[in-house]
Amino acid sequence: MEMPKPKEDLLARKPQIIARLREVLPADAVIDDPSETRAYECDALSAYRCQPLGVVLPRSTAEVAAALKACHELGVPVVPRGAGTSLAGGSMPQADSVVLGLARMNAVLETDYTNRFIRVEAGRTNLSVTGAVESDGWFYAPDPSSQLACAISGNIAMNSGGAHCLKYGVTTNNLLGVTLVTMEGEVVEIGGPYLDAGGLDLLGLICGSEGQLGVVTEATLKILPKPEGARPVLIGFNSNEVAGACVADIIKAGILPVAIEFMDRPCIRATEAFCHAGYPDCEALLIVECEGSEAEIDEQIGMIRQIATRHEPVEFREAQSADEAARIWLGRKSAFGAMGQINDYMCLDGTIPVSELPFVLRRIGELSKDFGLDVANVFHAGDGNMHPLILYNANEPGQQEQCEKLGAEILKLCVEAGGCLTGEHGVGIEKRDLMDVQFEPADLEAQMRVKDVFDPKWLLNPAKVFPLGASASRRAS
Amino acid sequence: MRVESEAQLAEAVRDAGGALAVRGGGTRPVGRCLGEPLEVGISGITLYEPGALTLVVGAGTPLAEVEAAIAAEGQRLPFEPANWGPVLGVRGQSTVGGVVAANVSGPRRVQAGACRDSLIGTRFVDGRGQIVKNGGRVMKNVTGYDLVKLMAGSWGTLGVMSEVAFKLLPAAPSQATVVIDLPAGAAQVALAAALGSPFDVSGAGWLPGTGAVVRVEGLAESVAYRAEQLRRLMEPFGPVRVEEEGSAAIWQSLRDLEPFIGKDGDLWRLSVKPSEASDLVARLGGEVLLDWGGGLIWALLPEGSDVRALASPYTGHATCMRGAAGVTFEPEPAPIATLTTALRAQFDPKGILNPGRMS
Ligand SMILES: Cc1cc2nc3c(=O)[nH]c(=O)nc-3n(C[C@H](O)[C@H](O)[C@H](O)COP(=O)(O)OP(=O)(O)OC[C@H]3O[C@@H](n4cnc5c(N)ncnc54)[C@H](O)[C@@H]3O)c2cc1C
Ligand SMILES: Cc1cc2nc3c(=O)[nH]c(=O)nc-3n(C[C@H](O)[C@H](O)[C@H](O)COP(=O)(O)OP(=O)(O)OC[C@H]3O[C@@H](n4cnc5c(N)ncnc54)[C@H](O)[C@@H]3O)c2cc1C
Repeated sequence: MEMPKPKEDLLARKPQIIARLREVLPADAVIDDPSETRAYECDALSAYRCQPLGVVLPRSTAEVAAALKACHELGVPVVPRGAGTSLAGGSMPQADSVVLGLARMNAVLETDYTNRFIRVEAGRTNLSVTGAVESDGWFYAPDPSSQLACAISGNIAMNSGGAHCLKYGVTTNNLLGVTLVTMEGEVVEIGGPYLDAGGLDLLGLICGSEGQLGVVTEATLKILPKPEGARPVLIGFNSNEVAGACVADIIKAGILPVAIEFMDRPCIRATEAFCHAGYPDCEALLIVECEGSEAEIDEQIGMIRQIATRHEPVEFREAQSADEAARIWLGRKSAFGAMGQINDYMCLDGTIPVSELPFVLRRIGELSKDFGLDVANVFHAGDGNMHPLILYNANEPGQQEQCEKLGAEILKLCVEAGGCLTGEHGVGIEKRDLMDVQFEPADLEAQMRVKDVFDPKWLLNPAKVFPLGASASRRAS
Repeated sequence: MRVESEAQLAEAVRDAGGALAVRGGGTRPVGRCLGEPLEVGISGITLYEPGALTLVVGAGTPLAEVEAAIAAEGQRLPFEPANWGPVLGVRGQSTVGGVVAANVSGPRRVQAGACRDSLIGTRFVDGRGQIVKNGGRVMKNVTGYDLVKLMAGSWGTLGVMSEVAFKLLPAAPSQATVVIDLPAGAAQVALAAALGSPFDVSGAGWLPGTGAVVRVEGLAESVAYRAEQLRRLMEPFGPVRVEEEGSAAIWQSLRDLEPFIGKDGDLWRLSVKPSEASDLVARLGGEVLLDWGGGLIWALLPEGSDVRALASPYTGHATCMRGAAGVTFEPEPAPIATLTTALRAQFDPKGILNPGRMS
């Protein structure tokens, strides 16, 4: 992975840049001691690191605006950061950039059950948004697995999703408004506590723009009343194809579970060894969760049982208690940790049309043999969002490169099958150079023109999302 | 001029000597329509996978054709597009491209989201005559910027769509509506209580002559259970009954603004913070109809009423759907206007796509 060379003049001007930031911000909001800025040198894609010029930790929208205005005047690139859990290198700095971290901005500004929204500062963690309304019977729906740590600002930038987004949608479907500060330091209010944005859908554009169009400082989020209850079932199959067909049949039958999760044999084996969830020994298993009252759940699960029976499952296990429900989810929730115990792994994130599932799984198996690296699959089957985990040994020379090559092949396969390069983690630096597999030059040009509007000097998170070659002339100017 | 392929469309835009008035079925004469008519006749379903809940279709395909095809598989467009032909006094076949360009969403918007939330991909020709694709045909996609959302609701001012892709939902086998007899001004509080309950309400509005209405949809037993729970929850607000047979008709009437059909006056649509609805209903006067739990107000007012002045201050925006108002769409605050003007200049530098339509 290549990063553009830092601009020498910016590196040379570091003392002036830091001094200018200290002029416009409170003293403790600017950090430049390398021992302290080290914590910001990477995100969860920890294979790539880089020390920034400095780090700014503002406490208000006004301070964010002041910092951006100063950086804009000085021509300094800015990398916005929430909690740094991006798996795509989205919040990794460049050597000539300033990291702008939102972590101190984590207040709840307003909760309004009549109008069903919560307004928070953007650095607030995803889980603590639900935490703020839970005792009153409400929740915030998008639930990335990183929800304990990740911030709403990162969720908005990456348009994050989670296991329950089959029913509730991803971040963009649950976002009502944002306060955005542009690179020039202009504060813009977009959307608000009403359902319909007037004019062009700028909110839809900001969501998923990976911190390249502006810095989000506040967000108005839709909240929902908690359902009466939820119950999972576990269904084991002796072939991936049959499991895939069962997913399609459940959806076609008109049942909309809140989650349909899929695990293949390598993944089942690894999690069993790790946490002994008591999963059956089979090729593939599904975890399907239904919501509602007891009677409603019974009705839905009854239909799912009928459908599954037609596919001759090796096991159909319905949770009879909270404890059994937890055990059904245990393996799924431990899957990433379990794989981490066995080996280093790289977690991919591509999507495919659900109908292509059997073909794509088979092809991944073949590629895995060709490259001599094992791949385990665990994913959100209801919406075709796959997370193949490539196992490798980081200490063995050459394996990481081999792993990245296999990863690229698998992502290309997703695109060929009619899917896309990323379903929830984003492009960042990780998939930047694969973008032309999915897009024609004109498609990328149209997107880059949007960045030209919001950030004409290309200072916000500049070397990401677009292939370096395609964005070179813009970044140079 | 009528185009029937994407290549023809691109050529037509490239060769255009002046403004083009982009139209699908031409059934939505809202806002200014300047220039030579460019009719998008790119029609037909390209891909439909019921097991994946996804549909890809030419933008000029009649909406009715799409709805029929997916109904045959027991599926539907989640956002419940409305038919405003009768109330606007126009005839014709509305197209999916027009529905998307106007981001038309009906009562189910409170539960299933707007048209833009169901739109997962599009291909369009920008004002430079370039063919651009964005999104795709999978439900989750965060590859690059989401221009799909930007196209929804852009009224053909940024690009002319040739193809659109939707995520669908299974059609609910059953529905029921709880009807509460109370005046419009009192409806919002009851509707908020319903929407704040765990009973998965898929419609919450107020209809003249009927009262406040709350809909549940789904499997039969579940519908019966939730309707009963809601009936109890609504009792403190006024006399309550549950409609089963008549439920669908109530929602069609609300969705298509049937109480206003054939009546004179200006028709306004206000998207607001729901809790402001009661006050706004009183201040606007005239005839009203509420949807989205009070967050969407339809008002039929004497000709020439200055609704934005009557309603001010309010949180949201107002559109004149029919009437002589000079400004159809809500004027934008300066910082937003700067961004949208610059976006238009990038997508349509010659200013030929529906100039002034969104003003
Ligand atoms: C164990 C684990 C599990 C995960 N599971 C999921 C999952 O299930 N679903 C999922 O979608 N993701 C998942 N992720 C990925 C990651 O958690 C999400 O992308 C998350 O949204 C990132 O949030 P963050 O606050 O950590 O953002 P960061 O990593 O800090 O930043 C992410 C991006 O957002 C930008 N950004 C941050 N703040 C702002 C701001 N205020 N304004 C503008 N741009 C900003 C950054 O520049 C960067 O491009 C997982 C990650 C881990 C480590
Ligand atoms: C069964 C049914 C029937 C309906 N019938 C009517 C009806 O008779 N009358 C009515 O008013 N509404 C009707 N509707 C409502 C309809 O959903 C919207 O009015 C819709 O926007 C009209 O579509 P159209 O093709 O006629 O759009 P048009 O009126 O042609 O255009 C509306 C807007 O969309 C733009 N546009 C159209 N096509 C494209 C494209 N391909 N790319 C970019 N921009 C485009 C236009 O420039 C214009 O700004 C109906 C809805 C349903 C469910």
